[in-house]
Amino acid sequence: MRTIGLYIHVPFCIKKCNYCDFNSFETLELIPEYLEALKKEISSLKNSGYEAKTVYIGGGTPTVLTEQQLFSLLNQLHKSIYIAKDAEITIEANPGTLTGEKLYLLKTMGVNRLSIGLQASQNSLLETLGRIHTVEDFENNYKTARSVGFDNINVDLIFGLPDQDPEDFEKTLRHLLAFSPEHISCYALSVEKGTVFYQWHKEGRLHLPSDEDERRMYHNAIEILTNKGYNHYEISNFASPGRESRHNLVYWSYEEYLGLGAGAHSFLDNKRFYNHPSILEYIKSIETFSTAIANIQSISEKDQEAEFCIMGLRLLEGLSKSAFKQRFHKEITQVYKSPIKKLIKQGLLQENSEHLRLTALGLDFANLVFMEFLP
Amino acid sequence: MSIPRERIRNFCIIAHIDHGKSTLADRLLEYTGTISDRKMEEQVLDKMDLEKERGITIKAKAVRMIYKADDGQEYLLNLIDTPGHVDFSYEVSRSLAACEGALLVVDASQGIEAQTLANTYLALENNLEIIPIINKIDLPSAAPDEAKREIEEIIGLDAQDAILTSAKEGLGIKEVLEAIVKQIPPPKGSSDKPLRALIFDSLYDSYKGAVAFVRIIDGTIRPRQLIKMMSTGKTFEVTEIGVFNPDMQPVDYLEAGQVGYVAASIKNVTDTRVGDTITDAQNPAKEPLPGYRKAVPMVFCGMYPAEGEEYENLKEALGKLQLSDASLFFEPETSAALGFGFRCGFLGLLHMDVVQERLEREYNLNIITTAPSVVYKITKTDGTTIDVDNPTNFPDPVEIDYIEEPYVEASIMVPTEFVGQVMEICQEKRGTMKDMEYVNEKRVILRYDMPLSEIIYDLFDQLKSRTRGYASLDYELTGYKKSDMVKLDILLNGEIVDALSFIVHKDKAYSRGRHITEKLKEVIPRQMFEVAIQAAIGGKIIARETVRALRKNVLAKCYGGDITRKKKLLEKQKEGKKRMRQIGNVQLPQEAFMAVLKME
Repeated sequence: MRTIGLYIHVPFCIKKCNYCDFNSFETLELIPEYLEALKKEISSLKNSGYEAKTVYIGGGTPTVLTEQQLFSLLNQLHKSIYIAKDAEITIEANPGTLTGEKLYLLKTMGVNRLSIGLQASQNSLLETLGRIHTVEDFENNYKTARSVGFDNINVDLIFGLPDQDPEDFEKTLRHLLAFSPEHISCYALSVEKGTVFYQWHKEGRLHLPSDEDERRMYHNAIEILTNKGYNHYEISNFASPGRESRHNLVYWSYEEYLGLGAGAHSFLDNKRFYNHPSILEYIKSIETFSTAIANIQSISEKDQEAEFCIMGLRLLEGLSKSAFKQRFHKEITQVYKSPIKKLIKQGLLQENSEHLRLTALGLDFANLVFMEFLP
Repeated sequence: MSIPRERIRNFCIIAHIDHGKSTLADRLLEYTGTISDRKMEEQVLDKMDLEKERGITIKAKAVRMIYKADDGQEYLLNLIDTPGHVDFSYEVSRSLAACEGALLVVDASQGIEAQTLANTYLALENNLEIIPIINKIDLPSAAPDEAKREIEEIIGLDAQDAILTSAKEGLGIKEVLEAIVKQIPPPKGSSDKPLRALIFDSLYDSYKGAVAFVRIIDGTIRPRQLIKMMSTGKTFEVTEIGVFNPDMQPVDYLEAGQVGYVAASIKNVTDTRVGDTITDAQNPAKEPLPGYRKAVPMVFCGMYPAEGEEYENLKEALGKLQLSDASLFFEPETSAALGFGFRCGFLGLLHMDVVQERLEREYNLNIITTAPSVVYKITKTDGTTIDVDNPTNFPDPVEIDYIEEPYVEASIMVPTEFVGQVMEICQEKRGTMKDMEYVNEKRVILRYDMPLSEIIYDLFDQLKSRTRGYASLDYELTGYKKSDMVKLDILLNGEIVDALSFIVHKDKAYSRGRHITEKLKEVIPRQMFEVAIQAAIGGKIIARETVRALRKNVLAKCYGGDITRKKKLLEKQKEGKKRMRQIGNVQLPQEAFMAVLKME
């Protein structure tokens, strides 16, 4: 058995958010056809010899699917691939798409972790973001999830939003903390091409907070959440002890993963490949060839080393020197001798006997660190 | 070589950029069958890509044509091409000296420009017969009578019989050829006298070595003859002589009146200086031909490889360019900011641009250029005088008694409605008006006494932008004058960046200092810490700007699938950073070095 992280993509949303550049579409009418294709792709994993130690059903908004659809998807999954007994099985959800019945079904089908997108605790900000829900929707859905028995919940927040000030974000954090989620992700907003925000930005209509304020929000979050006992374990992620996202740790530890569904990425045998991002292309390709791979790329040893470091350095614990040696049979301090020396001197990186890790300053300038590891 | 000297005509073409010199030359070659239509690449005379693009002829070349005239006789016509830019006026004068006549080509809609005028005067000084030609008569805006009137009024030539042509359409070409035969006198000189050959150009050929383009004034030259360069006394044995047909074609001899080339296993073009006289080593002429002058660089700048590891390539490339460009000067120099590079000397700003562009295009080098400087004569308190063309060598102010800077007489020709603007610009450039002459009711020539340093800074650009391109400029070095110059330093976080220093007139130092610090603030990206940009004279700070510290540079989110995309972002950032220069702890982009070069 070969241990992997499994990702399943559901590229549908009731409405695309104004900041979102993910592979997600509002063409809900394609769901039935898409699910057929997705199930076909899943079923092709029979006898593949993979053991999923984590499953992540992401989107889009996977919870736009009906109970029946969710049932048949999860059913197909259990039939086709060996899922470890203690596997972490996460589904992404947005407030407004959750009901007690749906949550109960998910729970009975083995889903043991919920990742809910709240983003902000002010309805005015939610509106700016183009979210379909209110803060109250979140509160209700969250309580329902708890009552159904979900004891591992992540909530996503975004800071650095248009017209958001540090106090708004602190209120959001305090509001969320009252619910005691096991995991909180705090992402800095980045304005990506092809989004509504990007358009507004070009037109000068996006009033983003200053970099100083944006950093204040980030630094406040670290202080508030760690004081509340959360472990700041990745640049943007906080967890109660033991509740770190195991699936995301697969990525950050540069382990193997398989992605299914339109546009999903995989990393196996030092090759990276991905499916057609277009829903129709994906469906057509699965129907015709039973596979929808659009591109395969072999990762050179030099690139593997770089990616290993770039991903690993995202973790606050740092990059394990022994893990690097185990994987590449080289000393990381030799391979990246001069960049490491330079970054330590710049105060961006620190080194102890087992790890190389970002300093507090390094968290704000992580790109400068990552860059030095590129070939 | 059966055509006797009486039927040889040596001539050149004088024209302003874009007035149609190259096209006219093409038509002459076609008409005489020197080149068949099919072989005809547009504009044969401009060989370098750069010349085609810029529409200027940088290096003179020559070509010979056989023309059967209306009188039934065959004539040998040698067309000597001349560079059309002010930087190369000495080369032009030598090309003219090799001719007995010149075609003065004037655009029927534009009229005479300053450069044309200067070259026509040069031709008249050399006693050339001038044939006025009004070109581009096919254009709807053509005003040939106006152009004729200008030729008569400005130059004082009878232009009533000026030939009307459209080189583009092939009109009037035969008339031009007949005029060349009838009006231009055959060359004088005697084949029996000791050899005197005027070098009017040269090129470097990897097989033949340095090849001199010559006009034989007296005597005869043959292969295996021992020749002597009269300026240096160096002797060489002729390996090959020939004519331009238009490619080089060996012949048995060249005699008085003829134009051709001489190869003599000469290793470097510095031994085939334009204007020098070639004579016979065993039977030398008593006197060299008049007018020889060693080309002296007037403008200097530092050239550095954008990436340090390109130093050797830059050195090799400059060496190769110098093989065919005797007026290019370079020597190694070191800058604390830019590392290893070269101090380069040029005839002028265009020459500098051309060299830079050739380095970038033909040798694929990425070059950082420091602010161009003229040569200042600095007399120190101890009575010694030094030449300074590099701010780095500017002495401590307390050691300076006085400074002199080169001055030129600048002639600017402009439509009357822009006279105000031109006067304003010239005043800003520390110019003093010498005279102003109305050419006719529409055009004026203004003559200014002006420091050369102001011309190389941005006079061209200013003139162009503020007269909508109508002003044309010519200048001539007149000598040195005392000036109150200072060295302006730029400091980043308290450290002087040597490559950004320059020498400037005291009255301009404040505004230039302010302008440059502002400009640098725009181009220096925010860094992890605040960057102070200061301009200083001596120890005194005269301007200051601050680049605020960067607060963050981080990808908030990166999962498995993202990594390819995110890596591309990082690579782009890294690429941008690689192009930066590290000055102390400050990252400086290449644009920063441009900031001191130009006002806009």
